[in-house]
Amino acid sequence: MKSFTVLEGITAPMDRANVDTDLIIPKQFLKSIKRSGFGPYLFDEVRYLDRGEPGQDCTDRPLNPDFPLNQPRYQGARVLLARENFGCGSSREHAPWALEDYGIHCIIAPSFAEIFYNNCFKNGILPIELDAAVVSRLFSELYASEGNSEGFILKVDLDKQTVITPAGEEIHFEVEEFRKHCLLNGLDDIALTLKSADAIHTFEKSWRQKSPWLFDVIS
Amino acid sequence: MSGQTLYDKLWHNHLVEERDDGTALLYIDRQLIHEVTSPQAFEGLRLHNRKPWRVDANFAVPDHNVPTETHERSGGVAGIADPISRLQVQTLDDNCRDFEILEFQVNDVRQGIVHVVGPEQGVTLPGMTIVCGDSHTSTHGALGALAHGIGTSEVEHVMATQCLVQQKMKNMLVRVDGQLQTGVTAKDVVLAIIGEIGTAGGTHHAIEFGGEVVRALSMEGRMTICNMAIEAGARVGLIGVDDTTLEYVKGRPYAPTGQIWEQAVAAWKELHTDADAHFDRVVELRGEDIEPQVTWGTSPEMVLPVNGIIPDPASMDNVGKQAATERALHYMGLKAGMKITDIKLDTVFIGSCTNSRIEDLRAAATVVKGKKVSATVKRALVVPGSGKIKQQAEEEGLDKIFTEAGMEWREPGCSMCLAMNSDKLGEGEHCASTSNRNFEGRQGFGGRTHLVSPAMAAAAAVAGHFVDIRNW
Repeated sequence: MKSFTVLEGITAPMDRANVDTDLIIPKQFLKSIKRSGFGPYLFDEVRYLDRGEPGQDCTDRPLNPDFPLNQPRYQGARVLLARENFGCGSSREHAPWALEDYGIHCIIAPSFAEIFYNNCFKNGILPIELDAAVVSRLFSELYASEGNSEGFILKVDLDKQTVITPAGEEIHFEVEEFRKHCLLNGLDDIALTLKSADAIHTFEKSWRQKSPWLFDVIS
Repeated sequence: MSGQTLYDKLWHNHLVEERDDGTALLYIDRQLIHEVTSPQAFEGLRLHNRKPWRVDANFAVPDHNVPTETHERSGGVAGIADPISRLQVQTLDDNCRDFEILEFQVNDVRQGIVHVVGPEQGVTLPGMTIVCGDSHTSTHGALGALAHGIGTSEVEHVMATQCLVQQKMKNMLVRVDGQLQTGVTAKDVVLAIIGEIGTAGGTHHAIEFGGEVVRALSMEGRMTICNMAIEAGARVGLIGVDDTTLEYVKGRPYAPTGQIWEQAVAAWKELHTDADAHFDRVVELRGEDIEPQVTWGTSPEMVLPVNGIIPDPASMDNVGKQAATERALHYMGLKAGMKITDIKLDTVFIGSCTNSRIEDLRAAATVVKGKKVSATVKRALVVPGSGKIKQQAEEEGLDKIFTEAGMEWREPGCSMCLAMNSDKLGEGEHCASTSNRNFEGRQGFGGRTHLVSPAMAAAAAVAGHFVDIRNW
């Protein structure tokens, strides 16, 4: 698994609530049997003016000039500032795969849909939940910085659990200890779980005795 | 100490170990696999030279991008016209062969939508923990199983370890008492619930559905409700086991028999919430108050009773909601103040893991029997949830009713619910759909989805616009 420690990067706005996984990566791209290569199709339906197809070369496609990620000041964005219930909808891990492949490694929002939130941690992406009022303020500061040629840069430190704004304000965020540990160290969580193999075997044995109808039926 | 909820019981039954950091290792009884979210998981196993922990806990079926037109379907995997879809389905076949996982292949009569096939075959049983790389896995909670969607990394994790690292969810009860009006169905109930609590209303909660209305529902209706728990933000939807559950499960191909059946029933009868259990949140609705529902916007919470009026963003005081409403109206090509019943339909889709079971098809057939699809409706698809349902519907003559009305009778699969195969909406088309998501582009680029019950979709097909099924 990829790790995440400290990130300092240009922040782009995705200023709408309930951004769903169909919007993040439309279904036609889910036909791929690979984990990589989804970045060019991130937000495909709002990013381009034409209709994207899997495998398509995106270099000459017409861009939607109103979409933030297409605007010069957000080029190279590493952080996405978003609204409530980001990532709602399907369980497709292609959504964080697309974000990561594009270069987004941190998403800040007042709330996330659970499956998406969980999928982020498996892919070196840190989703940060902050109070809606704080997120609104960050949006205001981001929009107010439009004249600034460097862009709106946030520094995210997972170990310290802080987001530092260009004005130097330190904002604390919460993250579950286990997720933090795995993400900081880029741990393979399957290997980690397999350390409990004995406990799993013990459970399984007693569960099989109690519920024999759950075993050896499907094969 | 207060009693336990159904969720508490299922959680405790599957607890392998609890950790100091608040996480727990939960044992998974069943993993359901389809072609879209599994190839990268199998690839991960191969890369690390790992084997499935328990092959017999896994079951696979292709559904998301299988063609539903008979001529394309008749060629099996090799006959799938889209080469990328074909490769994905072929990859599932190859992986299941290599790892010795039971799969119902594309032209097996038992093939269908994974969330329809699981319960239908007894692959899903009460009391199980069930996962699948698909958010609508919540469906299986209707049988008193703890079931939820996971991402592909977790699919691989469950294959390799038979466990998931989890944090316990909160308990939420949605109780619907009273009685439904004639013509109002499980779909209307769940849409009304989503309208009430919103698409994030159930986040971090396992929602148990209870009350007289839920108790009176068939298993098909209960599955429709649990299916859309995720549209209310909850990964898990649950309904306690009762006689309806047991009667449904009995005799299914993979359900226990004889003495083991008796033993299982004794255990399953415990799978209900104790009278003195505590819920973190309780939401109550009255069955009588629920009207036939229609979504007008681009989120399932943008829903109204069929006699409703499209809302006016100008009358909203919340800026975010106002902007979302404006964008939704623009995308949907609708105007504030318009009647829902004035929305004209181009397409009708009856199918999906929400509403493609035999009861749904019967409800739709009853409405269209002896009638014709409106001349203004370009296309009306009926896509059964499985080959077995298709077979049963044909034995009952439902296919004839649909085709005589001018509807297309298709082969089983996810079809136009998410348009990964060739069943897609055209740009700007309005569709009365029995599926579960009305997101922008969900059913095809620029397509406009209105979520409704099967009876409402069928009536809209005949009328060419939405009508109140209570007056049909």
